[in-house]
Amino acid sequence: MEGLYAFCVGLLTACGIFLTLRGRSFSVVMGLTLLSYAVNLFLFASGRLKLNAAAVLGQSEQYSDPLPQALVLTAIVIGFAMTAFAVILAMRARADLGNDHVDGVLPAQPGDPTYKSGGHH
Amino acid sequence: MNSLIWLPFLPLLGTLIPLISNRLSRTECAFLTAVLPALTLVLILINAGNIVQGERFQAAIPWIPSIGLELAFRLDGLALLFSILILGIGLLVILYARYYLSDKDPMGKFYAYLMLFMFAMLGVVLSDNLIQLWFFWELTSISSFLLISFWGHKTEARKGARMALTVTGAGGLALLAGLLILGDTVGSFSLQTVLDSGDLIKASTSYPVIVVLVLLGAFTKSAQFPFHFWLPNAMAAPTPVSAYLHSATMVKAGIFLMARFYPALADTDLWFLIVSLTGLATFLMGAYIALFQHDLKGLLANSTISHLGLITLLLGMGTDLAAVAAIFHIINHAIFKASLFMAAGIIDHESGSRDMRQLNGLWKYMPYTATLAMVASASMAGVPLMNGFLSKEMFFTETLHQASLGSLSWLIPVLATLGGVFAVAYSMRFIHDVFFNGEPINLPKTPHEPPRYMRVPVEILVALCLLVGIFPSYMVGDLLFSAASATLNSTPPSYSLAIWHGFNLPLLMSIIALIGGLIMYQNRPHLFKFQAQFPKSDPKLVFEGVVQSLASAANRFISFTENGSLQRYTFFTLLLAVIMTAASLMKLNATAGQRPEIPVDAVSITAAVLLSISALATVLWHRRRVVALITLSVVGLIVSLAFAQFSAPDLALTQLSVEVVTVILLILALFFLPQKTPKESSPRRVVRDLSLASLIGGVVGTICYALMTRPLDTISTFFTENSKTGGGGTNVVNVILVDFRGFDTLGEITVLGIAALGIYKLIARMRLFMPSSNDRGLAWSEDKNPILLAVISQSLLPLALLVSAYIFLRGHNMPGGGFIAGLITSVAIIQQYVGHGVEWIKTRVKLDYQIMIGSGIGIATLSGLGSWTFGHTFLSSWFDYFYLPVIGKFELASAMIFDLGVFLTVVGATMLILANLGQLTTSERPIQKEND
Repeated sequence: MEGLYAFCVGLLTACGIFLTLRGRSFSVVMGLTLLSYAVNLFLFASGRLKLNAAAVLGQSEQYSDPLPQALVLTAIVIGFAMTAFAVILAMRARADLGNDHVDGVLPAQPGDPTYKSGGHH
Repeated sequence: MNSLIWLPFLPLLGTLIPLISNRLSRTECAFLTAVLPALTLVLILINAGNIVQGERFQAAIPWIPSIGLELAFRLDGLALLFSILILGIGLLVILYARYYLSDKDPMGKFYAYLMLFMFAMLGVVLSDNLIQLWFFWELTSISSFLLISFWGHKTEARKGARMALTVTGAGGLALLAGLLILGDTVGSFSLQTVLDSGDLIKASTSYPVIVVLVLLGAFTKSAQFPFHFWLPNAMAAPTPVSAYLHSATMVKAGIFLMARFYPALADTDLWFLIVSLTGLATFLMGAYIALFQHDLKGLLANSTISHLGLITLLLGMGTDLAAVAAIFHIINHAIFKASLFMAAGIIDHESGSRDMRQLNGLWKYMPYTATLAMVASASMAGVPLMNGFLSKEMFFTETLHQASLGSLSWLIPVLATLGGVFAVAYSMRFIHDVFFNGEPINLPKTPHEPPRYMRVPVEILVALCLLVGIFPSYMVGDLLFSAASATLNSTPPSYSLAIWHGFNLPLLMSIIALIGGLIMYQNRPHLFKFQAQFPKSDPKLVFEGVVQSLASAANRFISFTENGSLQRYTFFTLLLAVIMTAASLMKLNATAGQRPEIPVDAVSITAAVLLSISALATVLWHRRRVVALITLSVVGLIVSLAFAQFSAPDLALTQLSVEVVTVILLILALFFLPQKTPKESSPRRVVRDLSLASLIGGVVGTICYALMTRPLDTISTFFTENSKTGGGGTNVVNVILVDFRGFDTLGEITVLGIAALGIYKLIARMRLFMPSSNDRGLAWSEDKNPILLAVISQSLLPLALLVSAYIFLRGHNMPGGGFIAGLITSVAIIQQYVGHGVEWIKTRVKLDYQIMIGSGIGIATLSGLGSWTFGHTFLSSWFDYFYLPVIGKFELASAMIFDLGVFLTVVGATMLILANLGQLTTSERPIQKEND
C-alpha cells in the first residue's frame, strides 16, 4: 500500500510541476492545486499510514498520528486561500495587461519582427 | 590603562569639530581640528616611556565572546611607532592644508575626511583583534576614497579614487578571508594568541592559503607589483592627502600588516619567496618608472612604490636584522617623503604647475623651499648625514647576507645597487630639473616663496631628516628598538645605529649608487629617447577596460538568468531544488525501510488508478480548461477519500468541502479568463519540462516511500495522552488545533483573513469585460437562476446549517470543528447565491463579511486573552461538565469560543472571496471611476 501511495504522491507532484511550468496563468493555478494535493498527502504520510485508527479517543484500539493531521488540516485551508489569491491575481493581471501570460507579455511568435529564438523579449 | 579604549575614538569625535567650526575663520578651524589629535598624541607620548621599557598596554570590552568579537586595543612598540607617525604627520598635514586649500574648497569637509582617515588608521595599528583590525582596514580604504575624490569635479580624481578603492577593497576582501581562516586555525581572533601560535599556524595545512590571502591584502594596500598602478593615479588627490596617505600612513598599512603578523606568518620558504621577490620587483620597477615621470607627484608616487618595495624586500629576507632595517626605513621614508610631497605641493601652489618640463630654475624664485627640498631629496637618494642613508646602508648590508635564492643570491645585492642608482638619478632630477636647468617655461604665474607657516611642516620634517641622520640612536634608538621587539615578538639582535661603519662593501655599494646615479642623470636624454620607443600604456585605460568588461559580463549573466520569464525562473529554482534533494537522497542506502507495509486491496488500486488517470488527464487536456477543471476536481475527491481511508476523518471532511469551494471559485474565475490555452510550448520545452517534472516526482515519491516504510518516533503521544484530561476533548486533531497549538491556528486564520482582504482589494479595482459567449461562440443562457435550483437550495439551507452546527458542536470530541463547519456553512450560502443571484441575497441577508473576519479573529484572540484574567498563559483553555434537564450531561470548554472565532473567520473569508467574485458577473459589479 505504501508503494502505491508514494507512486500517487510522485505522480501528482510531477503533474503539478509540469503545469506550474506552463506559460498561462490558469494552467499554473491548476498546477499549484495539484501540487498542494501532493504536498498535503506527503505531509500526512509523515505520520505513517494506518487503517481504522482515527485519532478519536475511545473509538479504536490504536491511534494514527494526530499532529500531521492537524498541520495538514490548516494547510488545506491556507492552500485554498493561496489558490484563490493566485487565480484572482491572474484575473487582475489579465484585466490590467490584456493577456493571461505569466510574464504579462505575450511571447513573440515566429514571423514577428521582434522574434528571436530562445524566448527573449 | 582602560583609557586606551577611548583613545582611538578621539579622532572620530574630531570629525565633528571641523564640520562645526567651519563657519569660523580658516585658521581657527584648522586649530580646533588639531586639538583632539594633539591630545591623543600627548596621551600616547606620556606612556611612551613605559612601552619603550618593554611594557604592553592592552584593553578590551567583550561584545560577542562566543564568536570572538570584542573591542580590543593594544599599544606596544610597533603600534607606538605607527601612532606617532599617524598623529605627528597628521598634525603637520592639518597645518599644511590650512594654507594649501583655496577659499573655494570646503575646508570643514576636508578636515572631517582627514580625521576619519586618522581614526581608521589609528584603529588599524592599535587593534588587538583580527576582525576589528580588518574593520578599520576597510575604513581606511573608504576614507581614502573620500579624500582622493575630494576634488570630485575632476574626472581623474573620480577615476583615481575609484581605482584605489577597487584595488584596496578587493585586497581587503582577500584579507578578511585570510584572517577568518587564520582565526579558525588558531581558534581565537585575539591578536596576541595568533602571534604566540606561529608554530601551530606554520604547521597547519591552510598556512599557504592564509599567507597568500593576507599578503594579497598587504600588497594591494602597499601598492606592490602588480597592484602598484593605483598609487600614481591616486595623485589626483590634493597634495596634503598625498603627503599623508601616500607617504606615511595608508600605503604603510600593508607594510604594518606584514610586520604585525611577522612572528605568526614569516620565517618560511613560501613567505621569503613571495615577499622578497615581490618586494624586489616593486623596488626596481618603481625606481625605473620614477625617473621618466614628468609630473612632480608622479615621480614621488613611483619613488614611494619603490621604497615600499624596498621595505617589503627587507621583511621578506627572513633575518631579524632585516626586519629592524625595515622598521627603520619605515620611519625614514615617512619623514622624507612627507616633506617632499609637501615641497611638491608648495611648488605647484606657488608656480601653478607640476610639470618638470615647465618647471626650471626655481632656485631664483624660492631659494628657501629649494634648500628644504634638496635636503629631503638627498635623504631619498641616500646621501650620508641624512636619515635615508642610514637605513639604505642597513638594507645594502642585509642584501649581502642573503642566501634565499641559492647560487643566484649574488643577484640581490647587485639589483639592490641598481635600484640605488635609479633612486639617486630620480632624486637628482627632482632637484636639478626643478630648481636649476635654465629658466621656467610658460608657467601660469610667477613663482614665489609660500606663506611662512606653510613652510613650517616641511622645516620640521627636514630637520628630522638631518637629526635622525646625524644622531640616530639618540633620536629614534629606543623607538626603533621597541618597535622591532614588538615586530619580532622577541628581543632583536644587536645592531649599531652609527653613521660610520668603516670602509666596507655596503659603503662601496652606496658610493657606486651615488656616482652611477649622477652619471645616469647626466645621460638622461639617451635614456628618455630609449624609453620613448615603447608604446605608452595607461593603466587607467586598462583598468577601465577590465571594469567595463566585468560589468558587461555581469550584465550578460543577468540578462540570461533574469530575462523576465517566470517559466525560466521556476525551472531554474526547481532544478536547483531537485539537485540538492537528490544529492542527499543518494546517501540513503536502501529505499525501503524496516516497517511492515499494509497489504494492497482492490478498492485502493481502483482509487489509485482513477487518481492517476484524472491527474494525467488534467495535464493532457490542460489547454481545454473546463475539461481539465473537471478532471482536477476528481483528483481532489480521491484525495479526500484517501484521507478517509487512512484514518483522518477530519482531513477528509475538510478536503471535501474545500474542494467544492475551490471548484466554484475556479469556474467563476474561468468565466473571465480565456476558455482555452493556445499551444505555444515548443516540443523541446515540453520534453525539458516533462523530464524535470518526472525527476522531481520521482524524488518526492521516493522520499515519501522511504519515510513511510521507516518506523515512526513521534511526539504525538503527549497529545494523545493529554487530549482528554488537559484539553477536555477526545478528537485529538481538533484539540491540537484549538488548544495545544492554538497559537498556530490563530496565526493561520489571520493569514486567511489577510488573504481574503487582499483578494477583495484586487477584485474591487478589476476592469474586466464580460464575455457574452463561451469559447464555441454560444451565447450564455438567459435563465441565470433556474427555478429548480433556487427552490431546492433554499429548502436545503436550514438542513445544511443544522448539519454545520452539529459538526461544529461535536468537533471537540468527534470529527468536525470550526474549520469544517465554516466551510460547510459557506457552501450552503454559496448555493443560495448560485440559486438566486446576488440581488436576491442582498435584499434579504445583510452580512458584512469583512466584519465577520474581523470579529472571528477578534473572538479567537479574546478567548486567548481571557485566560490571562485567570492568571494562565495566553490561550490556556478551561472546560467543565454540566447537567441540564432534557439535554443531559454536556461539556463546556473555552476552546469552543476559540473554535467559534475560527468558524467565523473561515465563513467570512470564503464568502468575501466568492461573493465578490461572483458579483462581478452581475449588474452589482463595482463601478470603476476612470480617474482613479
